[in-house]
Amino acid sequence: MTSKRTYIVVSLLVMVSIVLAACGGGGGAAQTGGTIKVVSDLPMTGSSLGQTQTIVNAITQAFEEKGNKVCGGKYTIEYQAFDDASAALGKWDPDVVTQNAKTYAADASIVAVIGTFNSGAAKLMIPILNPENLVMVSPANTYPGLTKPGKGEANEPDVYYPNGTRNYSRVVPADDLQGAVAAQWAKDLGATSVYILDDQELYGKGVADVFDKTAKEIGINVLGHEGIDGKAADYKALATKIKDLVPDLIYFGGITQNNAGQLVKDIRNVGYEGNFMGPDGIFEQAFIEAAGEAAENVYVTFGGIPPSELQGAAATWRESYKSKFGSDPEVYTVYGYVAAATLINAFESICAAGGNPTDRKAVRDAVFATKDFDSILGKFSIDANGDTTITAMSGSQVQGGEFKFVTLLGGG
Amino acid sequence: MRPWQKVLIVAVNIYLLLFFGPVAGFDIFRIIPEIASKPSTLLQQLLIGIANGSIIAIIALGYTLVYGIIELVNFAHGDVYMLGAFMSLTIIGAFGVTAESTGAQKIVAILVAFLGAVAFTATANVTIERVAYRRLRNAPRLASLISAIGVSFILQNVGLFWGGLKAFFPIMGVNAAAPKAFPELIGRIDVFKDILGWNVPISFSTKDLLVITVASSLMIGLRLFVQYTRLGKAMRATAENRDAAKIMGIDVDRVIAFTFLLGGSLAGAAGLLVGLYNNTAVFTMGFTAGLRAFTSAVLGGIGNITGAMLGGFLIGILAAFSDQYFSSRWTNAWVFAVLVLVLVFRPTGLLGESIGQKA
Repeated sequence: MTSKRTYIVVSLLVMVSIVLAACGGGGGAAQTGGTIKVVSDLPMTGSSLGQTQTIVNAITQAFEEKGNKVCGGKYTIEYQAFDDASAALGKWDPDVVTQNAKTYAADASIVAVIGTFNSGAAKLMIPILNPENLVMVSPANTYPGLTKPGKGEANEPDVYYPNGTRNYSRVVPADDLQGAVAAQWAKDLGATSVYILDDQELYGKGVADVFDKTAKEIGINVLGHEGIDGKAADYKALATKIKDLVPDLIYFGGITQNNAGQLVKDIRNVGYEGNFMGPDGIFEQAFIEAAGEAAENVYVTFGGIPPSELQGAAATWRESYKSKFGSDPEVYTVYGYVAAATLINAFESICAAGGNPTDRKAVRDAVFATKDFDSILGKFSIDANGDTTITAMSGSQVQGGEFKFVTLLGGG
Repeated sequence: MRPWQKVLIVAVNIYLLLFFGPVAGFDIFRIIPEIASKPSTLLQQLLIGIANGSIIAIIALGYTLVYGIIELVNFAHGDVYMLGAFMSLTIIGAFGVTAESTGAQKIVAILVAFLGAVAFTATANVTIERVAYRRLRNAPRLASLISAIGVSFILQNVGLFWGGLKAFFPIMGVNAAAPKAFPELIGRIDVFKDILGWNVPISFSTKDLLVITVASSLMIGLRLFVQYTRLGKAMRATAENRDAAKIMGIDVDRVIAFTFLLGGSLAGAAGLLVGLYNNTAVFTMGFTAGLRAFTSAVLGGIGNITGAMLGGFLIGILAAFSDQYFSSRWTNAWVFAVLVLVLVFRPTGLLGESIGQKA
C-alpha cells in the first residue's frame, strides 16, 4: 500500500518537474537572448587525434576569450566536439559522418558546424546539412571540388548543394593551389621527371591529379601515376618498379593513415635515392615517427603556414595557446581558431543588423558575407563559393627528425 | 558442372581478360616486351612475392588449423597476430635496443621478444577459445562466426589502447593509432652482392632470407608435427569426426585448445617477423593481413595445411607481379579475381578436400 502511494507521488513530482523545466527553457529563450549551439565534426579516434584535439582546443579558446558570449552577453555559445571516426577504421568513418550529420540536422539549436577535417567526410555531410540551411566552416578540407566548379568531377560542386544555396565554407586554401604549387616547387628543386602515387581517396587523388596536370604543363616528365592500397603491409614490389624507372622525384598524394610511412620506408629500402614529396596530409609528427629515418629529407607542402612561422597577431596567438594548453599547436590548429572567430564575427554582425543569431539561415548568410574580416592570419573574405581569400602556402623538409620550414610558396 | 560449361566459362574469362584487362593494367602487348627487355625484374619480383607470401602463409596457417578442426573462420586470428607485433615491439622497446646496438644485445632482445610474443599470443588465443567459442561449439555456426567478429573488434581496440600507452612504453610514439616504427634490428645486407660476391642485378637481403627461412621452417615443422606426432594424430582425428574421436578416448576440448595454442603461437611469431621485416606495427595491420591470409587459406583449400602455404605464396607472388606489371591500383582486384576463378573450378580450393564429409 505504502509503496503504491510513494509511486504515485514520485510520478506526479516527475511530471510536474518536466512541465516546469519545459516552461522555463522556452520562456528564457524568447526573452533574454538564448543559447547558440556550435558543434565541431572532426575525427577524434585514430591517429588524426593529434591534430584534431588541438583544433578543439583552439575553438574552445576562441569562444572562451569572448566568455562564451556574443552580442553584448545576450547570447551564450555552447560548443560541443563530435567525433566522426570509428575505432574500427582508425580514421573518419562514412557511417559515423552520416549519423552525425543527421543528428545536427535534427537538433534545431545547432546553428553552425565547424568541420569536417577530411574532404571525403565533407562530401557526405554537406548534402545532408544543405537543405537544413546549416552552415559549415571547415578548418582543414582542401579538396577543390567541394566548392570550385571545374576543379573536380563534372557534377561538382553543385551535386553537394541540393537546395541551390551554398552552406559550406572553409578557411584554408584548397588543393588546386597546393598540387600546382608542389609541382612548381618540384621543378624549382631541379626535378625533370616524376613518378606520382596516390592513396585513392578524395583528398590524396585530388592533390595528385592536380600535381600531375601541372607537372605536364610546366614540362616535367611524368613517368607514371598509380594508386596504392593504403592498408597493404608493404610496397616493396611497387618501390622496385619505380626505382628501375629512376624518377628525379616521387610525389605521394595521401595521408599518413594510408601508410605513407611504410611507403617511404620501402622506397628507401629498395635503394631509391631521389626526392620524395607529399602534401599536408603527411605534415604531422606521426608521419616522421612512422617512417623513422626514411622520413629524412622528405619535402612537404602545406596549404598554410606552419605554427613556428606564424607572424604578428598569429604569433601572439601561438604563445597564448602554448601557455594555455602546455603544448605546441599543430598545423591546422590556427584554422580551428580562425573558423571559430569567423563564426563569432558572423554572430556579431547578425546582432548588429538586428537579426537573430539562433536562426540557421541568418548565420549561413552572415558567414558568406564575411568581408575583410581582420583575423589573426590577416584580413580575408569568404567568396561566393565559400573559399577563403588567403592563399599563402609553405614548403617544409624533414631534417633531423622534424619538419623544418624551407620556403614560402604561391601567392601571398 | 558439365565440361562444356567449364569450357564456356574459360572462354568468357579469356575474352573478358583480353578486352577489359588493359583497363586494370593487364596489357599483354606491353607486358611481354617489358619482361623480355628486363627479365631480372621478374626474378626480383618473384623473390619479393615469396618473402611476402611466406608471411601471409604463416598467418593463413592459423586460419586453416582452426577451420580444419572446428569449421570456424576465426576472424580474430589476424588481430591476435597484430597483438603479437605489439608485444614484440613493447619488449624490444623495453630493452631499448636500436639499429646501433651490438649484435649480442639485438639477439637477446629478439629472442626474448620472440618468447614473450609467442607466449602472449598463444595464451590469448586459448583464452579467446575458452571464453568466446567453446560454449558456442554446438550452437548454429553463425553464432561463433559473429562471436569471432566481435572478438576481432575487441582486440583491435586493445591494440589502439596499447598504442596509446606512451607514458609506459615510449616506443609507442605520440599518437595511439599512428603506425609505430619498429627498430631496424636485422641489417639489410645484400646476400648476393655483399656476401656471395655475385654481380647480379637482383637484390636479396638478409631480411628476406630470414623471413623465408623462419617461415618455411615453421611451416614444415607444423606439417611434420600434425602428420607424425600423437597429438597431431589426435588433431586430425578430431577434425575428421569429433564424436568418433571422443568415443576413441580423445579429449576433444584439450585438442581444440591445443590447436588454438598452436595457431596463436604462429600468429605471435608472424607478428615479430613482420615487425622485423617491415619495421612497422599498427593496430589495423591484423585486419588487412587477416583478409589476405584468409583468402590464401581459401585459395589453397581451407583446412589443408599445405594448401594454406601454397595459397600464401601464390597470393604474395601475384600481388608483386600485379604491382610491377599491371597496376597497383588494381592489385586487390586481381588477387580476388584469381580467387573467384579458382573457386569456380575447384570450390574446395586448390588442395582442398570435400567439406561434406566433415562432422
